[in-house]
Amino acid sequence: MLAFIARRIVFGVIVLLGTSMVTFAIAFVIPADPAVTMAGAKADPQTLASIRREMGLDRPIYEQYARYVDRAMHGDLGRSYIRREDVTKLIADRFPATAILAAVAMALSMILGVAMGAISAARRGRELDNFLLVFSLALVSIPVFWLGMMLLSAAALWMHTLPLGGFSGPSSLILPSLTLALGSAGYYSRILHTNLSDALDQDYIRTARGMGVSRARVILKYAMANAMIPLVTIAGLDLAGLLSGVVLTETVFNWPGIGRLAYEAVFNLDIPLIMGTVLFAAFLIVVLNLAVDLLYSWLDPRIRLAQAQ
Amino acid sequence: MTMRRIISLESAGMAIVTSIVVVAVLAPWLAPHDPTGVAAPTFGDPGFPSRAFPLGTDDLGRDVLSRIIFGARISLIVGVAAMLMTVSIGVAIGVCSGFFGGAIDAVLMRFTDMMLALPALLLAMALVVVLRPSLLTVLLVIGLVSWTQIARVVRAETIAMTQRDFVLGARALGAASGRLIVRHILPNAMPTIVVMAALGTSGTLLLDAALSFLGLGVPPPTPSWGRMIEEAAIYFRTAPWLALFPGLAIFYAVLGFNLLGYGLLRRRAK
Repeated sequence: MLAFIARRIVFGVIVLLGTSMVTFAIAFVIPADPAVTMAGAKADPQTLASIRREMGLDRPIYEQYARYVDRAMHGDLGRSYIRREDVTKLIADRFPATAILAAVAMALSMILGVAMGAISAARRGRELDNFLLVFSLALVSIPVFWLGMMLLSAAALWMHTLPLGGFSGPSSLILPSLTLALGSAGYYSRILHTNLSDALDQDYIRTARGMGVSRARVILKYAMANAMIPLVTIAGLDLAGLLSGVVLTETVFNWPGIGRLAYEAVFNLDIPLIMGTVLFAAFLIVVLNLAVDLLYSWLDPRIRLAQAQ
Repeated sequence: MTMRRIISLESAGMAIVTSIVVVAVLAPWLAPHDPTGVAAPTFGDPGFPSRAFPLGTDDLGRDVLSRIIFGARISLIVGVAAMLMTVSIGVAIGVCSGFFGGAIDAVLMRFTDMMLALPALLLAMALVVVLRPSLLTVLLVIGLVSWTQIARVVRAETIAMTQRDFVLGARALGAASGRLIVRHILPNAMPTIVVMAALGTSGTLLLDAALSFLGLGVPPPTPSWGRMIEEAAIYFRTAPWLALFPGLAIFYAVLGFNLLGYGLLRRRAK
C-alpha cells in the first residue's frame, strides 16, 4: 500500500513538472515583453533594462525556469504584471468562489447523472431507456456558455428573485451550478448506464434475482456497488473538463473565481497570472486524482493488489 | 416497439450531419440576405423576428438566419479539420505507444496523462493568444489539446492487435514495423478510429464555439456561431433571441455528431 501511494505521489510530481515546463514554454514565446508590460510603452531603454535585470529576464532560459520552479515550490508564483499583486494571493482570494461553484456543480451532476443512469439501466431496452439515452446525449451537446446565457435571459424575463451574475449568497449559485452541471450529468448517466448494464449481466445478479430479491433492490444494493467505482474514477478525470467549463461559466455569470481570473489574464497577456492559474489548475487535478485513487484502492482491495504486482 | 427499431441513433445522426453539409454547401442560394451586410433598417438595435427576417436581425442590422446559414460553413470546416488534426495526433501517439511498448510507451503515456491534467480550454486560450487568432491557429490549437482520448483508445486497440495471429504471422514472415503498422494495424483499427472521429468532432465543435465565444476564434467578418452568441451577450435582457438561434445551431450540429458516434459505438459493442 505504501509503495502504491509513493508511486502515485512521484507520478503526480512528474506531471506537475511537465505542466510547469509547458506553461513556461508558452510564457516564453508569448508576443509581449514583460518589461514593457510593467513599465508601459513609453519607458526608456534604461528603465526596461533595469526591470529585465531585476526580474532575471536577462538570465539564460534554464536558469529562469529553475528559479520559477524553486519559487513555485515555496508557494511563490510571481507577481501579476497588470494587477501588481502576488499571483498566489490572487488565486487564494478567488479560490473559494470557484471551489463552492465546482463542488455544488459536481454534486448536482452526480445526483442527476446517477439517477438518470440508474433509471435507464433499470428500464433497459424500454422506451424510457431510449428517451434517457437521447436526452443525455442532448445534455452533453449543449454549449456551456450558451446554456448559461439562456438561463440568464430566462431569469431576467421570468424569475426576478434570482441574481443575474456575481457571487452573493446561495441563490446566486443556482444558475451557474446548473449551467456547469447539466453537461456532466448527461456524461455520467451514460457511463453509469454502461457499467450498470455490464453488472446486471453478471451471475451474482442473476442469483440474487433468482432468490427473489426485487429488481430495484438488486440495482441499488448490488449492481450499483460495482458500477460506482469506475464512475468515481471518471469523475476524477473529468475535473479537467469541469475546470474548462468553469472558465466559461464564470465568464458568463461574472463569477469572481479563478476561471474569470484566468480569462482576464489571457486577455491582458499577464504572463505570471496565466502560468499561475494553469499550474494551480493542474495541481488541483493531480491532488484530487490522487485522493480518488487512494479512496478507491481503499474501497476495492482488488485495485490495490493489481497495483502491487 | 422501441424508438431504436424505428430509427437508429446513427442514422438520425447521419441525417443531421448531412443536413448541415447541404446547408453549408448551398449557403449562397439558401441565405435570404447578405450575411455580412446591413439588411434591416433597424441599425443600432436588434430586430425582433419578422416575415422578412424569420430569426431577427442583430444590432448591426444583419440577418441572423443568413449568418447562421453561412456560419455552418466555418463551423463545419473548423470542426472537421480540427477533428482530422486531433485524430492524426492521437492515432500517431496511440499506435506508436501500443506497438513499440517499453520506454516509448511509458514516455508517451505519461505525457498523455499530463495533458489530461491540464484544462483544455485554458491551454487552448493561452496558445491562441500566443499564436494570434486565425483559422490555422484555431485548428492547430484544438488538435493539440484534444488528442488524448483517441490516443488512449487507439493504444489499447493496438496492444490487443499485436497479439493477434495475423500480426504475429506477418512479423514472423519478416515484415518491417512500418509495414506492419500501415498494412495490418491501421486498417483493422479503422472502425474504432471512425467512431472516435465522430465523437471527437462534437468535442472540436464545442471547443471551437467556446473559443469563438471568448473572442479567440476565426476572426471577423466570417460569421461564426460562437461569436454571434458573444456579440448577443449584452442583449441577454432585451433581445434573447439573438443568442438563442446560433446556440441552437451549435447544439444541433454537436448532437448530430454525438448521435452518429454513439450509435456506431453501440453497434460495435453488440
